[in-house]
Amino acid sequence: MGCLRHYPLGRGGRGDSGLSEARCDARGNMRVIRGLLIAIAALGVIVGGYAWRSSFAPIDRPQASSFPVENVKAGAVLAAIGNCATCHTRDGGAAYAGGRPIVTPFGTIHATNITPDPSTGIGGWSEPAFIRAVREGVSRDGRHLYPAFPYDHMAKMAESDIKNVYAFLMTRRAQVSASPANELAFPFNIRSLVAGWKLFFLDRGGFTQDASKTAEWNRGAYLVEGLAHCGSCHTPRNVLGAEDKSRAYAGADVQGWTAPALGATSVAAVPWTGERLAEYLGKGRSPQHGVAAGPMADVIGNLAQVPDSDIKAMATYVASLAGAATKERQERGARAIARAGGEGAVTRPAAAAAPGASVYAGACAGCHGEAGRQPLDPALNLALSTTVRAASPNNLVRVVLGGIGRTDNQPGPHMPGFANALTDKQIGDLLEYVRANFTDRPVFAGLDVAIRKARQ
Amino acid sequence: MAKLSINGRAVEVDVEADTPLLYVLRDDLKMNGAKFGCGLGQCGACTVLVDDKAVFSCMVPVSVLEGRKVTTLEGLGTIDKPGPLQRAFIEEQAAQCGYCTAGILMRAEGLLRENRRPTDAQIRERLSANLCRCGTHNRVIKAVKRAAEYLRTAATTDSNRT
Repeated sequence: MGCLRHYPLGRGGRGDSGLSEARCDARGNMRVIRGLLIAIAALGVIVGGYAWRSSFAPIDRPQASSFPVENVKAGAVLAAIGNCATCHTRDGGAAYAGGRPIVTPFGTIHATNITPDPSTGIGGWSEPAFIRAVREGVSRDGRHLYPAFPYDHMAKMAESDIKNVYAFLMTRRAQVSASPANELAFPFNIRSLVAGWKLFFLDRGGFTQDASKTAEWNRGAYLVEGLAHCGSCHTPRNVLGAEDKSRAYAGADVQGWTAPALGATSVAAVPWTGERLAEYLGKGRSPQHGVAAGPMADVIGNLAQVPDSDIKAMATYVASLAGAATKERQERGARAIARAGGEGAVTRPAAAAAPGASVYAGACAGCHGEAGRQPLDPALNLALSTTVRAASPNNLVRVVLGGIGRTDNQPGPHMPGFANALTDKQIGDLLEYVRANFTDRPVFAGLDVAIRKARQ
Repeated sequence: MAKLSINGRAVEVDVEADTPLLYVLRDDLKMNGAKFGCGLGQCGACTVLVDDKAVFSCMVPVSVLEGRKVTTLEGLGTIDKPGPLQRAFIEEQAAQCGYCTAGILMRAEGLLRENRRPTDAQIRERLSANLCRCGTHNRVIKAVKRAAEYLRTAATTDSNRT
């Protein structure tokens, strides 16, 4: 469905409606997509009422006391891994009460209330109805759910885990909160079209263990490919809004931020390892790579509730996506670390005369270091920052404008934003200088546009 | 040589381009309203306005200020004639040790220039960038609301006159 995709909407994703349009491959192909969708829907109807799904009768809301505490606790951890609260909570609203607008080029979808209120939430949902919704993207009443809800990943969840999430959600405080109606243009407002989408893009096979890998790797694969749905942001989408598996984890744009590549195409100065990824997922920061910001900051905040063993498992699996780093790649990384660690912040004489140099010296060097002086912890050495090396300037621009707030599990110093202090031109000069001074990467393309858009 | 406009006055100072505005204010211009706290944009004691928006002056090099309008605490009023925010802070006794107050006043001024009717939540959110360890927070909120009222009343009185 074009860009009817899962957009994690974090603190960083606020108020940038419309940005998703530019990111969506499908925009210029709307007519083609409509035709395809209608054809797919027609096919679905022909294949014997495939689109029609039965309704589960509403139940009386189960007593919270009917759920064993250990199941509820396990469900809380699973919901955190799934980052459920981020989309299902509106700004300033009660957790899981829904209402967050998810903007797509096809219109706006509003996340649903998944607290156990019988009328506006899922209080009337039986356990089988919930399991079907998670695995097949079908509402209790038989309506197809839009794949903004990442059931293409959740389908890999074990039934016991889904039951625990059900136990967790059904024991939350019921919130009476009706989500606004979706605002989708014809024909995307026809839910039965989603049935056709699922024919092509919903793998109902569940999770399969790889016997050649360790138990930890398999645990990580189960979480990353399933509940944690990392690919929803980190994998590019095809023209119908489904993840392009041939480019799995190659990175993609989400809510104006760029979810970086996790696989072999990562531009990180130093290759990631399982240990570094575990540090990043646990603390939101890896000194040799970067600090979580934007939508990823919400993910990190939720992961604070997750046991280290699961964090480590996910890190092990994600690190394996890129394969083992070649000797040359490792040596390059070691040189980058040695250089960054030995001489203070990198300085290149060629960049020193750039107009952004004095901006860096006055606004950034105090924390990020300069020649002969290392950065102050926890500021990154920009020579090691993946964001400074990225193909797109989006993340860097957003971090400079808005800063990086404290995540739940990371108290202490933080990066202030410079939106008021610097003009667009000055930010452009600064980032051109930073790119030239700290990396060997080509100049940023589209820097001016990125700054203008991020300001909106 | 940096050319600056501070509280409506054009000034020239002989400093390096990367010198933070705070140092120029305190060391060269002897304007000590803005305070040095952390020097890293964490505490807010150095807050001033640039083009009506609050910034940490410890992290703003003078090179970015040409053609822009700086407002400091000295621009809000004087001891004899305090501005509405200063008056309200005195009346509500919204300071204890007072070190952070200059920065809080400036960020509150930035808020009131955008919004003459801020809610408690908006004041809290905006001033969260300014640290205070004494604990007059509730009085600060009252004072900002009182100042907003003064400004609204003044605006009404002005429009009645014309």
